[in-house]
Amino acid sequence: MSKQKLVVIGNGMVGQKFLAQFAEQEQSIAFDITTFCEEPRPAYDRVYLSAYFSGKTAEDLSLVPAGFFETHNINLRLNDKAVSIDRANKLVETANGEKVPYDKLVLATGSYPFVPPIPGKDRPECLVYRTIEDLEAIKATAAKSRVGVVVGGGLLGLEAAKALKDLGLETHVVEFAPRLMAVQVDEGGGKLLRSMIESMGVKVHTGKNTQRIEDGSSSKLKMCFADGSELETDLILFSAGIRPRDELAKQSGLTMGERGGITVNNFCQTSDPDIFAIGECALWNGRIFGLVAPGYQMAQVAVDTITGKLASEFKGADMSTKLKLMGVDVASIGDAHGTTLGAQSYSFVDEINKVYKKIVVSSDNKYLLGAVLVGEAENYGTLLQMMLNNIELPEFPDMLILPQRDGAAAPAMGVDKLPDAAQICSCNNVSKGQICCAVQDGITELSALKAATKAGTSCGGCTALVGQVMNAELAKLGIEVKKDVCEHFPYSRQEIYHLVRVNNIRSFDELIAKFGKGKGCDICKPMTASILASCWNDFILKTEHAGLQDTNDYFMANMQKDGTYSVVPRVPGGEITPDGLIAIGAVAKKFNLYTKITGGQRIDLFGAQVHELPLIWKELIDAGFESGHAYGKSLRTVKSCVGSTWCRYGMLDSVGMAIRLENRYKGLRAPHKIKFAVSGCTRECAEAQGKDVGVIATEKGWNLYVCGNGGMKPRHADLIASDLDDATLIQYIDRFLMFYIKTADRLQRTSVWLDNLEGGLKYLADVIINDSLGIGSELEQQMEHVVNTYQDEWRTTVESPDKLKRFRHFVNSDAKDSNVVFVEERGQIRPATQEEKRIQLVAV
Amino acid sequence: MNAIADLNWTPVCNVDDLLPNLGVCAKVADKQVAIFKIMENGSANLFAIDNHDPFSEANVLSRGIVGDLKGHTVVASPIYKHHFDLVTGQCLEDDVRIPVYPVRVQNGRVEVMVA
Ligand code: SRM
Ligand SMILES: Cc1cc2nc3c(=O)[nH]c(=O)nc-3n(C[C@H](O)[C@H](O)[C@H](O)COP(=O)(O)OP(=O)(O)OC[C@H]3O[C@@H](n4cnc5c(N)ncnc54)[C@H](O)[C@@H]3O)c2cc1C
Ligand code: SF4
Ligand code: FES
Repeated sequence: MSKQKLVVIGNGMVGQKFLAQFAEQEQSIAFDITTFCEEPRPAYDRVYLSAYFSGKTAEDLSLVPAGFFETHNINLRLNDKAVSIDRANKLVETANGEKVPYDKLVLATGSYPFVPPIPGKDRPECLVYRTIEDLEAIKATAAKSRVGVVVGGGLLGLEAAKALKDLGLETHVVEFAPRLMAVQVDEGGGKLLRSMIESMGVKVHTGKNTQRIEDGSSSKLKMCFADGSELETDLILFSAGIRPRDELAKQSGLTMGERGGITVNNFCQTSDPDIFAIGECALWNGRIFGLVAPGYQMAQVAVDTITGKLASEFKGADMSTKLKLMGVDVASIGDAHGTTLGAQSYSFVDEINKVYKKIVVSSDNKYLLGAVLVGEAENYGTLLQMMLNNIELPEFPDMLILPQRDGAAAPAMGVDKLPDAAQICSCNNVSKGQICCAVQDGITELSALKAATKAGTSCGGCTALVGQVMNAELAKLGIEVKKDVCEHFPYSRQEIYHLVRVNNIRSFDELIAKFGKGKGCDICKPMTASILASCWNDFILKTEHAGLQDTNDYFMANMQKDGTYSVVPRVPGGEITPDGLIAIGAVAKKFNLYTKITGGQRIDLFGAQVHELPLIWKELIDAGFESGHAYGKSLRTVKSCVGSTWCRYGMLDSVGMAIRLENRYKGLRAPHKIKFAVSGCTRECAEAQGKDVGVIATEKGWNLYVCGNGGMKPRHADLIASDLDDATLIQYIDRFLMFYIKTADRLQRTSVWLDNLEGGLKYLADVIINDSLGIGSELEQQMEHVVNTYQDEWRTTVESPDKLKRFRHFVNSDAKDSNVVFVEERGQIRPATQEEKRIQLVAV
Repeated sequence: MNAIADLNWTPVCNVDDLLPNLGVCAKVADKQVAIFKIMENGSANLFAIDNHDPFSEANVLSRGIVGDLKGHTVVASPIYKHHFDLVTGQCLEDDVRIPVYPVRVQNGRVEVMVA
């Protein structure tokens, strides 16, 4: 049987979702699949397009897993545009005249930015915001501009305005309607939104009808408005709405909407049953859906229909939205304007703290119809679920928007009230039922749940809710999530940390006597040592702590496979003087140590025996070196690039900042090791986005990234704050690190910690930047204590004779361990293999 | 008979050389013996096992962390973290047993018996 031919025109967000879901079906092997992609690269995350300006690359934004097209045998035609459809012969014609046959055809052509027909709109400084190429053009033009104007004050327009602001332009928004985000937000909300946008330094002009664009006098362009006023600018960005790309449908005679859009039925079929339309080009029930989630639903429906399942129908979608601008929370749910018959509303305005909230309820005051939230959108998820699932309102619905005072808990909408079909994650269309199933299959952790269901992996707005559903289901199954560290303590690391602080516990013996049982083990002992050090910063070799340390911490060096140790002196920021290099070289030569440059911009000296460690350190300390803590669950290195001092692109002194940070946090004990890096510009030569804490210099200050990881499971760090001055940068890092130390599990790097944190990045940002838990200054004080009580452990050791006693292999002899044998390779020593040892022993 | 046995006890160090819940290594003829002082309810018990970790083939067991696990008093090898029962020498994770040696305190001196 020959295969059916499936052709998909457009490889954007929805086209790609279609392919991914189609490829998962068994029936997909019966199809030859071709996809046309007009853009130079396959699908990427348009929703996160703006992140391209804050350093994400086209690859970061890609929605296509490596090898996707090859694995599924899909013929991807990049840079290839479909120009016409010959429905009679079932052929798609490409720009170079080639004809590709189809049995089933899917149109996923998306939309294009609408540019109003204003004279002068075609000038080279007039741009749009839709593709990566558009962003490159904006960047290039902005580099030559001082002033930028966004035409259109909707969701996208505001996002574009933020981007122009970040590019350093004096930014204006020009809106035709009398308020911003007129579609989603009512008058009260619009007013507050305006003042918030203006306080970010963006000038807002509402009720302005642009008539002409001419040459400017002080700037390149001049916009002339209907009311006679004018505005000079160097760059104009049109964001005045989108229009469906329906040209192929028009040309081939498919039924279309009066004002454009390809008409589809509930199965996403066009007027030709073999042709489907999905995403922003499709018109359903007279409506275009300009959001990605409804497009994803359409993709699923089309997959089901083409594979003959007829399992699902598209029945419209919710257009609730939450704006993801940093610093301004705006959300609109359902019937925000209260246009439903008999609708009534409650509203709350706080002009001091800039909060506006409105809920629209049914005429009987029982159900939620819609909501507008400006300034604080914390309960967006809850309100949305209430509306979507027709959950009855509490007796006094105003409780939902009034501020909670006197520590009263906000009224929660128990997740158990949600039906199984309730969509918890709209980005990835994950229902409550799917989450519960995954939990029933044995998942007990948020990060594993995210990996298994994809819930919470896109915009992240649903993670708190996902966590609540998971916990409720676990409770229902009677599964107690045991976080006990080991058999000696019925507590998690976080709880033990708390017990130590609150009860002022100073030793392991005291802790186990009060809260544990038995003698302890190699899990709880080093963990307690680390917590005691994080809290009180005692000298780690104090006799009562000595037996708690891993051998690496006990001998303050890293044990190697043959029982010898490696020594890593600290080289802050990777900066080292020629004399420093010579000193390290001299020590290595004297003690015959193997030397290697590490992956952390410093030098590791291998092959030291226990008794040699203090002798080696004596010399290193005399040459001005300190412990590098390569052995500790503590700050390792702060990697740097050379930065503005030498590099022609450097924005700030990255080496100076790296040294400052390394010296501030050196010795800090944590649940796991911590790595930093500081890059001098967005070229990112220090790879800061792969570190627990990454700092990148911009024209306006430091961008702070957190929770990156290299190693076994690399994770890109997340941008948490931009354009910081030195003091704020350090304040945020203090808070971040102490919060991590307080709340992480044992041996949990910051990356895994964040993936398991309920509320995710947004919650973390709230704690660190907005001090939402009110613990900011406490965290800073605790860090200050650690910083002020720092001592170089090796110096203290070398200077205290009683501590030196432990540095010998035998308690009763000065002999060396005869099992340690070296051979020479490439001019240095290395441990002999067992085979070589046997031969050498015979030879002796 | 007692007299013969006594001949095999080798004094290795002072009791003070042992720190609570830590180990030391003693050289007895060509053997390396790991000796631990483990505290329980304020009193000290001594244990002696071979210092050689059979998994890494390195002489490091005296530098492991001690404690108890499933009712056994154990030391964890600092290299790959295998646990060895200090009474029997049995490894808890694998079917391997390492030598154990009698140990005692005589006149403030720690003595071990190595066959
Ligand atoms: C020495 C060094 C390799 C080298 O010769 O370059 C090294 C050596 C070890 N690494 Fe590493 N890592 C070294 C840089 C790195 C880097 C690169 C970096 O820091 O920029 C990474 C990836 C970045 C990261 O951590 O996110 C790295 C990721 C790991 C991991 C995986 C961590 C993860 O979360 O996936 C482990 C395993 C672990 O920690 O559980 C590890 C564990 C180890 C251990 C501790 C393994 C062990 O238990 O013996 C090695 C200690 C050797 C020693 O005695 O010094 N090493 N290791 C590097 C020391 C850097 C330094 O100056 O302190
Ligand atoms: C900056 C920005 C921010 C956004 N933020 C959000 C948000 O927060 N939330 C949200 O839900 N939505 C958001 N959106 C909207 C979201 O990106 C779209 O809803 C989504 O991309 C629609 O997917 P699509 O596949 O229908 O269209 P697209 O992603 O545009 O894909 C269509 C593809 O088809 C190609 N194509 C068209 N015609 C042809 C042809 N003839 N031959 C070959 N290829 C063709 C196009 O080049 C394009 O690559 C945002 C959009 C932008 C631009
Ligand atoms: S990559 Fe593996 S082998 Fe290499 S240093 Fe790191 S831990 Fe050791
Ligand atoms: S709603 Fe966006 S990730 Fe779940």
